[in-house]
Amino acid sequence: MKLTRREFLAASATLAAGAAVCGFASHPPPRRFTGKILGAGAKTGHLLRDGGIPPPSLNDRTGVVIVGGGIAGLAAARAMKQRGFDDFQILELEEQAGGNSTSGRNAVSSYPWGAHYVPLANPENRDLLKLFEELGVITGHDAAGLPVYDEYFLCADPHERLYIHGRWQEGLVPQVGTTSRDQEQYRDFFSTMENYRRAKGRDGRPAFAIPLDTSSHDPEFIQLDSISMEEFLRQHGWDSEPLRWYVNYCCRDDYGATMGETSAWAGVHYFASRRGLAANANSQTVVTWPEGNGWIVNRFRQTVDAHVRPSCLAANIEQDGRGVLVDYYDVVKKQTVRVTARAVIFCAPRFVAAKVIRDLREKSGTADAFTYSPWAVANITLKSRPAGRGADLSWDNVMYSSDSLGYVLATNQSLESHPHEAVITWYQPLSDKPPREARMDALATSYDTWANRVVRDLERAHPGIAEEIMQLDVWLWGHGMIRPTPGFIWGKARQDALKPSGNVFFAHSDTSGISIFEEAYARGIAAAKQVLDHLKHS
Amino acid sequence: METLLLISVFVIATCGLVYELIAGTMASYLLGDSVTQFSTVIGSYLFAMGIGAWLSKHISRNLVAVFIQVELLIGLFGGASAILLFAAFEHVASFRLLLYTVVTIIGVLVGLEIPLLMRILKDRFEFKDLVSRIFTFDYVGALVASLLFPLILVPRLGLVQSALLFGILNILVALLTLHLFSREIPWVRLMRGTAFGLLIAMTLAFAYSERLVSFSESSVYPDPILYARSSPYQRIVLTKSEHDLRLYLNGNLQFSSRDEYRYHEGLVHPGLAAVHNPRDVLVLGGGDGLALREILKYPSVQTITLVDLDAEMTRLFSTQPVLTQLNGGSLSSPKVKIISQDAFIWLRNNRRHFDFIAADFPDPSNYSIGKLYTTSFFRLVHDALAPDGVFVVQCTSPLIARKSFWCINRTLQEERFFTAPYHVYVPSFGEWGFIIGTTHPYMQPEQFPSGLRFMSLDTAQNIFHFPDDMKMVETEVNRLTNQALVRYFESEWGGYAH
Repeated sequence: MKLTRREFLAASATLAAGAAVCGFASHPPPRRFTGKILGAGAKTGHLLRDGGIPPPSLNDRTGVVIVGGGIAGLAAARAMKQRGFDDFQILELEEQAGGNSTSGRNAVSSYPWGAHYVPLANPENRDLLKLFEELGVITGHDAAGLPVYDEYFLCADPHERLYIHGRWQEGLVPQVGTTSRDQEQYRDFFSTMENYRRAKGRDGRPAFAIPLDTSSHDPEFIQLDSISMEEFLRQHGWDSEPLRWYVNYCCRDDYGATMGETSAWAGVHYFASRRGLAANANSQTVVTWPEGNGWIVNRFRQTVDAHVRPSCLAANIEQDGRGVLVDYYDVVKKQTVRVTARAVIFCAPRFVAAKVIRDLREKSGTADAFTYSPWAVANITLKSRPAGRGADLSWDNVMYSSDSLGYVLATNQSLESHPHEAVITWYQPLSDKPPREARMDALATSYDTWANRVVRDLERAHPGIAEEIMQLDVWLWGHGMIRPTPGFIWGKARQDALKPSGNVFFAHSDTSGISIFEEAYARGIAAAKQVLDHLKHS
Repeated sequence: METLLLISVFVIATCGLVYELIAGTMASYLLGDSVTQFSTVIGSYLFAMGIGAWLSKHISRNLVAVFIQVELLIGLFGGASAILLFAAFEHVASFRLLLYTVVTIIGVLVGLEIPLLMRILKDRFEFKDLVSRIFTFDYVGALVASLLFPLILVPRLGLVQSALLFGILNILVALLTLHLFSREIPWVRLMRGTAFGLLIAMTLAFAYSERLVSFSESSVYPDPILYARSSPYQRIVLTKSEHDLRLYLNGNLQFSSRDEYRYHEGLVHPGLAAVHNPRDVLVLGGGDGLALREILKYPSVQTITLVDLDAEMTRLFSTQPVLTQLNGGSLSSPKVKIISQDAFIWLRNNRRHFDFIAADFPDPSNYSIGKLYTTSFFRLVHDALAPDGVFVVQCTSPLIARKSFWCINRTLQEERFFTAPYHVYVPSFGEWGFIIGTTHPYMQPEQFPSGLRFMSLDTAQNIFHFPDDMKMVETEVNRLTNQALVRYFESEWGGYAH
């Protein structure tokens, strides 16, 4: 039987109408999965905004209060402890410390809830190299002096694959279906990035460095901060669709913002700042663990967990003579404690500082330039490893046609020779709407809707994956990452935010303008040193 | 009517012989020693037929009805016989019991057939014609069966479907008889219902028998499948022909019983005979117990630890007679301790030292297996070697996968091993490679255990020499982070059906 076009359309219309009547076409029935939305932070945090925090009923005294138990806070605490100072408390909003590097665990594997890798340390990043040695990530040096990394912590091969035109290809730069013009622009783009990677400014510093404040201040490079990454591509005449997709993907992956919202300096920084070397891996290799950077968090916690006050919300911070008064609300005990401290290291984001620190609260607009991208992260436990046509399951698995960033395989470092089950971590920066709107939408969306959204996205590349799901949990990060919008990194607001306010010192990675482990770690240990010097002199 | 009944004689004669051949073949596949198995199966089958013939005199009423019931029962038991026996293969203790029970039941029923039919037909023919025709059709049927069985049934349908097909024929004979004698017999409807029910069940079983014993696989393997099962880790398939027993894991040939001694003597002896007074041995992989068989030829060896992930493999190779005949029951040796765990994970937690370590893993055809050939894994092996210990690893074919082979060599050297690469010819595999890794330069053995079929001091002179087409090539080091080996392996074996 051969249908004419007209018959076909008529038949389709009938079918569609029938299906719509039955309620299938427009609304596929929501499927049920086992899991929940995690992260109590938003609800607790909103107590600040909505009131409802009782006046202090207890008094306490300590040397230093660290506000926020993410990487910056934990690094500051650990650094103080290493210097023999342990009169401090860490106030943590969540039930456990970790911030963006929080992780979870089930019977199949540990898995990250946010940050999940650290690139090899740049040779000039002494602090990070030292940390890696202390943690056993670097086990020694070869004859040439190159660090030898513990291979169990280096990302196992295969590293990356991209689902494009119905099959998986190796690597994330689109290859399938590209034209010679695309390839030419790729070559141009990557050689330009390589030149930036090698470039030094007139001040002798690398053009793009980590921590980023050690980068050259040469205007030749700094000026990139005034335009967007999209504009940067346009100025170079790079209009290849797959190249634009790739660069946009990178901006969303690293900063949670589209390339139109990302500063070109930040966009280039991603490609041009990594100069890590290893005796036993190439410089593109990254350090990773099943629990992501939660592995580092757990190591930090071994040293400082006794100082952490979990489920405690810093509500008000103000100068008091030569010290600082910190009021925090203990969500579990439902009481507010007033701590008198000699100094505060503030390791929560700036938008929180602007609400909590009295001096900032009274000056308005101190956090206006700081914008944050909301993120949704899901951890999905599967009965079998997701395969698919083409390249093998990899550590990072991205889908070309999706708004999500795909998923990272938490069980990638497993040594099993016949692995079965898997945990995958699915990421999506909610960059399709302005942050505030996207944040409100995300928090108002139910678990079932989120779970179905995640599964539908995965089904693009893995039809039938729903049947394999044992558990699916979601974490919504309302303020997931600072966004390096044009002008932000080298602008005044960030410089101002770095200055201490009385005895309150700032260390959150949003004062770097990009949300990466190295920045948070560097800020944390720098603040610890600053505070201990300050206490010594006062 | 008479003609139709005589055709029935032909059909049931064919069926009867086919069941006998199926039972005999199954027994020789599963228990080995085909002369004994065929002989005893045929003997008991004929004896059971005698019992059936003797019993027939006790049936005096409703001859046709009884005949129909007998046909239905033969159809059921005969048709299901191969499925039953395959299923019982895993429980070998009861296999013989089941085998002879099935043979006896079918034999008794088949023994009833001809006497009953003769009595049914006795008034329609003269005695001399009756005897002559019935036995003519009977013997012609037997000839047809004996030709069909090896030439068409086993190669095209396999045992399970052949049995089911002839079960269906028996049931059709029952239906035909029902049709012809419908007025003369009681409970026609009940019997017709039963017959149709059985017919449908058998037909369905025939259609789905691919799933029952994964019949579709049989086209993949050159020989009949003896055993096929998916363990949690792999698809285990054993095939058997007259002179050859083969093991396939996930479709890849692991050994052929005709030449596996070359592989396993080659794997074990050049390394183990070079160890002075070896006491503690570790085998990684090798759940077939064949490397163990070779290791047990060294009386000084006191403990052998075998780490193989798949408990199904070690269970199969320690209980199946055809397999324990091959490995000499090595898995049951009191010196052997079997650990069903992933080798990498076990080795990471291991604190013991071994005088000899043999890695007999599958080829590095995927990223998960490829991890067992990385610097990280070889470092763990190095740590587990006694000071003068020797390590040997099977390394795929240096002829077909030259880069893969030398990549493993390069990777061992990266982990401070002195290496001694060598190769042996295994007909069913081709030119096969192994690499010895030691912490001091390797010294060739001065003697080998007695009773070897392949390895000798003379043979050992040649195996370390690599002709030009297998000579060393420069390769990358295989690491967890780059899996260079899997990539070489894929490109080199990609052109072969591997």
